[in-house]
Amino acid sequence: MYPSRFRYEAPRSLDEAITLLREGGDDAKVLAGGQSLVPLMKLRFASPELIVDINNLPGLDYHREDPDGTLHVGALCRHVDLERSELLKSKQPTMAAAAPLIADPIVRNRGTLVGSLCHADPQGDWASVALALGGSIVAHGPGGRRTIKVADFVTGPFQNVLEPDEIAVEAIIPAARGARAGGYLKLERRVGDFATVGVAVAIETSGDTVTRAGIALTGVGGSTIGATAAAEALVGEPLTEQKIELAAQLAADVSRPRTDHRGSAEYKRHIVHTFVVRLLSRADGFAERAA
Amino acid sequence: MTIVYDDEPDADEIPVRRIRFTINGAKKVAEVEPRLLLAHLIRQGLKLTGTHTGCDTTNCGACTVLVDGKPVKSCTMLAVQVDGHEITTVEGLATASELHPLQEGFKEEHGLQCGFCTPGMMLAAKALLDHNPDPTEEDVRWALSGNLCRCTGYQNIVKSVLWAAEKLRS
Repeated sequence: MYPSRFRYEAPRSLDEAITLLREGGDDAKVLAGGQSLVPLMKLRFASPELIVDINNLPGLDYHREDPDGTLHVGALCRHVDLERSELLKSKQPTMAAAAPLIADPIVRNRGTLVGSLCHADPQGDWASVALALGGSIVAHGPGGRRTIKVADFVTGPFQNVLEPDEIAVEAIIPAARGARAGGYLKLERRVGDFATVGVAVAIETSGDTVTRAGIALTGVGGSTIGATAAAEALVGEPLTEQKIELAAQLAADVSRPRTDHRGSAEYKRHIVHTFVVRLLSRADGFAERAA
Repeated sequence: MTIVYDDEPDADEIPVRRIRFTINGAKKVAEVEPRLLLAHLIRQGLKLTGTHTGCDTTNCGACTVLVDGKPVKSCTMLAVQVDGHEITTVEGLATASELHPLQEGFKEEHGLQCGFCTPGMMLAAKALLDHNPDPTEEDVRWALSGNLCRCTGYQNIVKSVLWAAEKLRS
């Protein structure tokens, strides 16, 4: 298989890339890691007339933390960089848990977090993680930059709010106000498969009290699902067994799984419940201390 | 390298780019259409048929090659993207007189049956050993988890890589 014919440009500056995208309009696509776009082009599900390869743009391969704790992930930061990141291991338990579960090790050498978010696959793992953490996307366009909440970024399967002449240059994860805990669990039939069920949990605590909570679900509906009611049930309270059970129930209730070759709807809903309980129970030993 | 196109009305419009790259230590120049995949550049353009295309859908890892030392699925990268970069294929592992320890390991430990996945396995394993010379069995299984084998059940592939790791350390 090979893609249909297209014009290829590999600009060396962001301005040049924006100019090219403006010329290309709706028929142009940005190529970063290419681990979703190239397969789609080979299957002719996507046939862009212009590919703007951003791999030669300087200074986008970073992930770094501001002094205030805000995390920035550049558009060319690969999954493997996040998988091996000491920063994530020590400061971002939900992201550190998700990074090694993205696709497979070889795909992780090319694919990017920002690209995954832009691709807006309803089955994408990073989308749940970014949603649970209250993340944003920074879009760079001809008029400058704007920041878009991940919750507002995706408008439907494989669709986002970027203008044709905008490039998502980084993802931002806001600083924690309390101590971070959480994780990501993914049930998959084999490495590299889409999630049968994925659950992202990100909580912040101060003393025994949960000060912020985010829970998001992968693979159990037509889009990434934010389990807002489940998360809100945790805030302002200590993390007790009863609270964990309530959140798990609310998360399972908001899931909309479909029976398919990966499992029955009932099974998937059950797994959502189980994963929320597991993630909250092991949240840094917090439940044990609170109990 | 020659690329022959059908003489369609728009033949003059076909965008062709000149790229320079290194493959298995040899410097090359190629003129490629942007939609040419790296796997096709390697197999058809360079006639290096040790790189296999298996699933052609980014699943199986048979087409794995190293680009700047990192394993990538060559069916999922455009050939134009290797401009200025360095590629290693399975043909680049052995020297004129000696097999690479990984190749020896696969021979010693019976790490292959049909052999179709083997080049991809070896290159994924090479990247692991370059980065971690003393891997555990779990490390090996983890590093090879993007490469499918339908014959062996993986047991002997893992043993082969551990054999090579030991040989490389001694």
